[in-house]
Amino acid sequence: MSTPTSAPPTDAVDLSPDELKRYSRHLTLPEFGREGQEKLKATSVLLVGAGGLGSPAATYLAAAGVGTIGLVDFDQVEESNLQRQILYGTSDVGRPKLEVAQERLEDLNPNVDVNVHEMRLTSDNALDVIEEYDIVADGTDNFPTRYLVNDACVMTGTPNVYASIFRFEGQVSVFATEDGPCYRCLYEEPPPPGLVPSCAEGGVLGILPGFIGTLQATEVIKLATGIGEPLIGRLLIGDAAEMNFRTLKVEKNPDCPVCGEDPSVTELIDYEAFCGLPSTDAPSTNGTDTVSEDSIPEISVQDFKQRREDGDAPFLLDVREPYEAEIADIGANQLIPIGELLQRVEDLEADPDDEIVVHCRSGGRSAEAVCKLREKGYDAVNLDGGTLAWSQEIDDSVPTY
Amino acid sequence: MPDTQTQTVTLRIPTPLRSYTEEQPAVEVAGTTVAEALEALVDRYPDLRENLYTDDGDLRQFVNIYVDDEDIRYQDGPQTALDEGDEVSIVPSIAGG
Repeated sequence: MSTPTSAPPTDAVDLSPDELKRYSRHLTLPEFGREGQEKLKATSVLLVGAGGLGSPAATYLAAAGVGTIGLVDFDQVEESNLQRQILYGTSDVGRPKLEVAQERLEDLNPNVDVNVHEMRLTSDNALDVIEEYDIVADGTDNFPTRYLVNDACVMTGTPNVYASIFRFEGQVSVFATEDGPCYRCLYEEPPPPGLVPSCAEGGVLGILPGFIGTLQATEVIKLATGIGEPLIGRLLIGDAAEMNFRTLKVEKNPDCPVCGEDPSVTELIDYEAFCGLPSTDAPSTNGTDTVSEDSIPEISVQDFKQRREDGDAPFLLDVREPYEAEIADIGANQLIPIGELLQRVEDLEADPDDEIVVHCRSGGRSAEAVCKLREKGYDAVNLDGGTLAWSQEIDDSVPTY
Repeated sequence: MPDTQTQTVTLRIPTPLRSYTEEQPAVEVAGTTVAEALEALVDRYPDLRENLYTDDGDLRQFVNIYVDDEDIRYQDGPQTALDEGDEVSIVPSIAGG
């Protein structure tokens, strides 16, 4: 197997006495040694996303002595982050993530240069940012950015250590090495919006990014030092519930539109449009939460409340999971989880001619349900913004989650 | 011809799709090809169909199907033959971070 990456030259770095002390457990590890440590110090890594995956990855990479760590994110610390994003503490809520992350990482290891890129990665800036780094670790939370990072890595020849998580399951692989496959070889196209729920909607076991993010960081260190067999051409799937790890083969697709023999995509494109999302720059982190609003009839929470007050309330169907209704309830007439909707459509307690307003947490799943019900001939309408909007605009005693 | 009623394979259901299979992580179905096994699955769980297939009946691009650790796109696609006890994995793309 050929050398996976261009492991950076080591002539430019020298370890100080303090560093020799700090890294002694690496230096005494025969396969690692001083050479491995110097290679790490000479390496620059860009972490895209400083959230669930980025937190453990950045922490271990800084501790291990990666010379330069870049972080891309533009969020502030929220309370709901703390269940898994271990870079941040309770007193950090409301602060910019990168400000906190920089403090934490520099305190953990002052030998590391921490570069913060407080921005949304876009087709206009991605190549410039990524070009500065030897290795990218993609830990973003949405499909448009994943395709953007992949394509920019292929175009700049930067290996991309990819990890993603959902509920109890994570995926890790190494893409965009010289001879290996890229993310588009594995998944040429993104799912249509709304079909795959985001972590915000679908939930995620807090500890899952902890171990998937450390697997991701492990692959970064292996690429940087040239140790072991990197996950090139293999997709690792970890299932925390079953506690089962499998690796599946990922072939390099000779017809891949980006890294294939005759690529059709040779410059960065509009990734929001590619993923079927409205091409806006709305500062939402969850692209997967958004659903194209074309042709899906909607009612605002204000209008719905008004109709309730007027005694003209339409039938309200909740398509979340039962445990979500236990958290936040806005008085639906019936609950049928989205996954059971077509099977149980006969159970609907609304009359066939009734108007049915459908709601979920943020409006993504309910939009999908509205499509399904309208295909079956029901007069279904989406409650825009779901329980989140209800909590924000109508009744703040309804918890957000 | 093998007896399609008796040959069973295990379909591994990824977490994003388990809400469609009563939260089962694995489902046993009968089938001599990947296409037959998947058809048996969506017969049992009709809400899964649109997650796996386009309106034209083709497997969706963002859903990869593996027989053991091999991607069927590099085998015989949906017509890839199955043996008794094979493990068929549905591996959709996920994007959380």
